[in-house]
Amino acid sequence: MSEHVDILDQLTASDYEYKYGFESQIEEEVVPPGLNEETIRLISEKKGEPEWMLQWRLQAFRYWQTMKEPHWANVRYTPIDYQAISYYAAPKRKAQPRSLDEVDPELRRTFEKLGIPLHEQEVLAGVAVDAVLDSVSVATTFREKLQSLGIIFCSMSEAIREYPDLVRKYLGSVVPPNDNFFAALNSAVFSDGSFCYLPPGVRCPIELSTYFRINARNTGQFERTLIIADEGAYVSYLEGCTAPMRDENQLHAAVVELVALAGAEIKYSTVQNWYPGDREGRGGIYNFVTKRGICLGESSKISWTQVETGSAITWKYPSVILKGDNSVGEFYSVAVTNHRQQADTGTKMTHIGRNTRSRIVSKGISAGYSQNSYRGLVRVNPGADGARNFSQCDSLLIGDKCGAHTFPYIEVHNPTAIVEHEATTSKIGEDILFYCNQRGIDTETAVALIINGYAREVLSKLPMEFAVEAQKLLAISLEGSVG
Amino acid sequence: MAEPILRIRNLHARVGETEILRGVNLDVYPGQVHAIMGPNGSGKSTLAAVLAGREDYEVTEGEVLFDGKNLLEMDPEERAREGLFLAFQYPVEIPGVSTATFLKTALNELRKHRGQEPLDAMEFMNLMRERAALVKIDPTFFSRSVNEGFSGGEKKRNEIFQLAMLEPRLAILDETDSGLDIDALKIVADGVNALRSPERAFLVITHYQRLLNYIVPDVVHVLYRGRIIKTGPKELALELEAKGYEWVTETDEVAL
Ligand SMILES: Nc1ncnc2c1ncn2[C@@H]1O[C@H](COP(=O)(O)OP(=O)(O)O)[C@@H](O)[C@H]1O
Ligand SMILES: [Mg+2]
Repeated sequence: MSEHVDILDQLTASDYEYKYGFESQIEEEVVPPGLNEETIRLISEKKGEPEWMLQWRLQAFRYWQTMKEPHWANVRYTPIDYQAISYYAAPKRKAQPRSLDEVDPELRRTFEKLGIPLHEQEVLAGVAVDAVLDSVSVATTFREKLQSLGIIFCSMSEAIREYPDLVRKYLGSVVPPNDNFFAALNSAVFSDGSFCYLPPGVRCPIELSTYFRINARNTGQFERTLIIADEGAYVSYLEGCTAPMRDENQLHAAVVELVALAGAEIKYSTVQNWYPGDREGRGGIYNFVTKRGICLGESSKISWTQVETGSAITWKYPSVILKGDNSVGEFYSVAVTNHRQQADTGTKMTHIGRNTRSRIVSKGISAGYSQNSYRGLVRVNPGADGARNFSQCDSLLIGDKCGAHTFPYIEVHNPTAIVEHEATTSKIGEDILFYCNQRGIDTETAVALIINGYAREVLSKLPMEFAVEAQKLLAISLEGSVG
Repeated sequence: MAEPILRIRNLHARVGETEILRGVNLDVYPGQVHAIMGPNGSGKSTLAAVLAGREDYEVTEGEVLFDGKNLLEMDPEERAREGLFLAFQYPVEIPGVSTATFLKTALNELRKHRGQEPLDAMEFMNLMRERAALVKIDPTFFSRSVNEGFSGGEKKRNEIFQLAMLEPRLAILDETDSGLDIDALKIVADGVNALRSPERAFLVITHYQRLLNYIVPDVVHVLYRGRIIKTGPKELALELEAKGYEWVTETDEVAL
């Protein structure tokens, strides 16, 4: 842990090494907009993929053609023209700011509040300096250490080449290509992502994050992640970044699959801070993600923890299939919406094995004119004797122009199951803020105080240094929401 | 005599079109306790809210000096940091924020304003224990969310506890006695009396004379229809109790 902190410090210190002028020599390659079999063949060829991978993609594409974009979520947006998107463009070089001076001042202000060093700010803002981690960087050192433990941690593209047996066995095993419209699209055209395999009995000594993965940048808008924890293995994986991510791709449709074999545990933490659009809701990312884990073996455990502050529209339900007996699924979520943001997020816990347990803690925070929906399904199958679920869904409203909605679905097909659901709604109104002001606490601090208290249970599930950043992020994303 | 802590001159305030304060004048000196009495709806809470800086009220005329500074120019939090404290008639509940966290944040904001170092965890805990004892607040309340699930009496005691923690120059108590049984009333009064000091002043707003048996004021004012229509020594409160508000308000009616 402390070692991990050190590395993070080094990585985020302003003087960490960059190598300039490497990527800019690569010519930009953009295939014309549109999606057909040819596009997919082209993507697969560019990535040098084996035939089986191409066939897998093509199959997914055929599914996708028969599917319709889902519209059951409580979100509104102008229709996406899938034929207007370019599905292969690497690396992106268009319209990059040449220096931080050209970056949106509001974005810079946020960087400064988060205490992000200047160099890092340039990378995040996409300044055309081609800052690539040095090949002898800490990332490499880390990779060697992981290798000595037999842990595989690499890009998905690399995994397809180097570990085809593992990839073929598990890719699509949790989220099948025909699972839903966006998953099918992702399966057909996914750009890159992370692959992680932990051999039996191995506890990963550090929190894995894309920070430590070479070639982590430009994973594109269709990211694909696969994590497999073999029997008795443990891993904690951090996705994302507390800094705001700008991206000219409006649609993001990622797929994350987790597989936990007997006695294994996977903790997956996300702090998601995509560009939410401006105050009027212009621009901003549509984030339509399919995240699912399966507790395949008995006594395995999967925990999702997410802090969602970004995106114009979020559509995301990290779920767990509790197949193994005595397996455990958890979902801890803080979702903040402000201005015109819309979020429809929640989870699905499917109890199949006996004595399976799940726990859902969802904290929604809505401000401005935003809409924040929790949507959850707890399903207990007939064979899931002794299954238990506890769900806590809280909503916090800031001001009176925003909305919070809760859609908890419960399907119980086994009489021995115990399913509990609690829900609360609170509001930070003028009265509370004035009371705080009267005690010498300004409004910004008061909101932060209330939010942190409210989100504490979820934040405490995050790795420590991540939690601190997440806390700051919450305060920043709610700035200007009151008074 | 010393400079007044609070000097109010011809204060007018309104909500929307309705004028509620219609020319209030008041001087409060260090060490004094002033009682403000008056029937319901006469503007007592409005006066407290205007002094604390609540935005709903628009000051249309007049001046308020707090320790010689223009109070009306300050934000509510600035007023608090300068040493103005309001014990609310209806204290709000703050979900998810413990009393300890809340008070620590408040106290350290005040200390920062005074150029003092923040208290460390140990010093702060000790101070909380000591001050809580003044109003017989059980330390288990420290970890509970501010006012959440507190009874009416507990909320009022919690206000006085906060007063004891924040040590203001001027404390305004808005109907702190309402809804209290006699035991709770005595606890609150004992707490307030313990906090009286030559540097501090109190503005005790009450509808009933009862509280003033325990917190004995130096001056009693009657606020009626947005004006102070009578001022007198502590005996005035007893007289009001015996004769009813009509005794003063009727003469006022004529004067109007
Ligand atoms: N926010 C408000 N909006 C409208 N009317 C108000 C408001 N606050 C007070 N008033 C009115 O002003 C008058 C004085 O109220 P208040 O100051 O609460 O009196 P008191 O505390 O003496 O009972 C009442 O008629 C009340 O209805
Ligand atoms: Mg009142």
